[in-house]
Amino acid sequence: MNKLGRVSENLSKNLDEDLLLQEPVSVWKRIYKRLMSRRSGKIGLFLIGFVFFIAVAAPIIAPYDPQQVLIGKEKVKKREAPCIHMLGCDISKPAHLMGIDGNFRDQYSRIIYGSRISLSIGFSTVSFAVIGGVLLGALAAFFGGWIDNIIMRIMDVILGFPSLLLAIAIVAVLGPGIRNALLAIAIVTLPAYARLTRASVLSVKELDFVKASITLGASPTRLLLSRILPNSLTPVVVLATLGIATAILDAAGLSFLGLGAQPPTPEWGTMLGSERNQVFSAPHLVFFPGIAIMITVLGFNLFGDGLRDALDPRLNN
Amino acid sequence: MSKQSAQLEVKNLTTCFRTGTENVTAVDDISFSVNKGETLCIVGESGCGKSVSALSIMGLLPPAGYVKSGSVNFQNNNLLSVSSSQLEKLRGNRISMIFQDPGSSLNPVMKIGDQVGEIFRIHLKMSKKESLEKALGMLKQVEIPDPESRMLTYPHELSGGMAQRVMIAMALSCNPDILIADEPTTALDVTIQSQILNLMTQIQKKTETAIILITHDLGVVAEMADKVLVMYCGQIVEHGDVKTVFNSPVHPYTKALMKSIPIIGKKTKKLDAIPGRVPSLDMLPKGCRFEQRCSEKNIQITPDCQGRIPPIFNLNNNHGSRCWLKKENQ
Repeated sequence: MNKLGRVSENLSKNLDEDLLLQEPVSVWKRIYKRLMSRRSGKIGLFLIGFVFFIAVAAPIIAPYDPQQVLIGKEKVKKREAPCIHMLGCDISKPAHLMGIDGNFRDQYSRIIYGSRISLSIGFSTVSFAVIGGVLLGALAAFFGGWIDNIIMRIMDVILGFPSLLLAIAIVAVLGPGIRNALLAIAIVTLPAYARLTRASVLSVKELDFVKASITLGASPTRLLLSRILPNSLTPVVVLATLGIATAILDAAGLSFLGLGAQPPTPEWGTMLGSERNQVFSAPHLVFFPGIAIMITVLGFNLFGDGLRDALDPRLNN
Repeated sequence: MSKQSAQLEVKNLTTCFRTGTENVTAVDDISFSVNKGETLCIVGESGCGKSVSALSIMGLLPPAGYVKSGSVNFQNNNLLSVSSSQLEKLRGNRISMIFQDPGSSLNPVMKIGDQVGEIFRIHLKMSKKESLEKALGMLKQVEIPDPESRMLTYPHELSGGMAQRVMIAMALSCNPDILIADEPTTALDVTIQSQILNLMTQIQKKTETAIILITHDLGVVAEMADKVLVMYCGQIVEHGDVKTVFNSPVHPYTKALMKSIPIIGKKTKKLDAIPGRVPSLDMLPKGCRFEQRCSEKNIQITPDCQGRIPPIFNLNNNHGSRCWLKKENQ
């Protein structure tokens, strides 16, 4: 009996100490920890970080100006294969890690600068689509009735078209160019965010704390902006991360078709598109932009997956 | 009691719900009033219309519900007909409400301090810094241990009792005239329950807030109430001072409720339960709504019991009961 008492005393003492020693963990730290505990999140974060680093440090890393035509400045041939000194290329020749493109430019520098364009397209399209979609979805869910009907029917119409086809149609009307391509992709992806936000707001709207806020005198605007929206954005965050990948891919697709970024902009899709006929004679001009797109898209997809797991409290392990 | 001191006066409130085929009446013609510093308890079993009456007063009915008739008079305003912006100003400021489940009544993404302070910013137009100071004061007043560090925590880090204290702090921050508490202690364990109830009485003594306490726990009623309303099937079946109602309950339903409380230490084979079940709101009997479950109808029954809905008979000093059998007694 005495022993038992001592054991339990010790136990409770330890528990107390444990509780005291446990420092409060902030929400962000916890999410980061859970993100890093999964391989997909780790790899995704690494790939995104890698692409980001390249985009930020582009002027330092890139040996040439991406738009500089090297004809007359160096002895290079059109679509020359990569020349890497370490792999046995003649030292007397200047190094071109990814070769020379059809217009006598350094492919390596163009790929590096391309990351800037792809990332900015990805982020700006998604922010535009998220802001628009969240706003429309939240309004539809919050007010309901005819407002809901009008907004959601328009979204249904947009969703009814194959997305790339609609984007092509919008660019065809607005004219090709990087800005119009961006707008087209944003419009095409917007309904997904609107739907998701609407569903999320509808469920949060019925929760007790919203009712409690009403009894404490919160106005409808405050209810929507500071109560309902912050509590319904988790799924949107996940979809947006995955959406960046889709946006980059779509933008590359449009550029490939000649509807997005126009030459000589060093955009990966454009580079891919303009050299597609030389796949067999100069594979490096198609291979490297393709790899660059793949790495970026893969990074965002993996990160999005990891983030979804990290933000989902039901997958707590 | 003089009419002047009545803080809130509910008159003939009838609330209906639209269902698929027809409308059902959830709250049927209830009238009551609360005075300054007084506690009114509304008791009754689940689904008898306690919460719906509170929601009607606050204007929080779900989309399917609507107030068919009646008035809620508060400081020369009829709460049922004031504009929504006026109602916004009153809610949280002059009338507050606390809910059953404290864990889900706080905004999960806002820090406690910001949440409590927000009330001051909304209603008293204080600056952020001032409001946070006031919030800290409120947390101290509701006896939250270590309020400074609690200000910076999120709701999920609080226990149920703590969260309910925060809710009370928020509800009482503008010294409201009326506090509606919808089963504030149901989700808490018994020791916390008594702490919370003590806290409410203490603050009430200081601020003279009128409290409308909705509960199904007669123990809570005995501890807290000045006046009691017993509801059954949307109607008030008995009302009166807490002592009168507890010492000499008149309506068979009230009596049955009292009998069904288990007594600690007394060994009984079976709890006294009320036989039968609450009639569905869309199939109410023509006469007294408790008639089918009434235990006294075996002893004495009047033809009216099955035929007509009894009115509330006033017995003496504010004590009334909706029972045909008892009108002759007095």
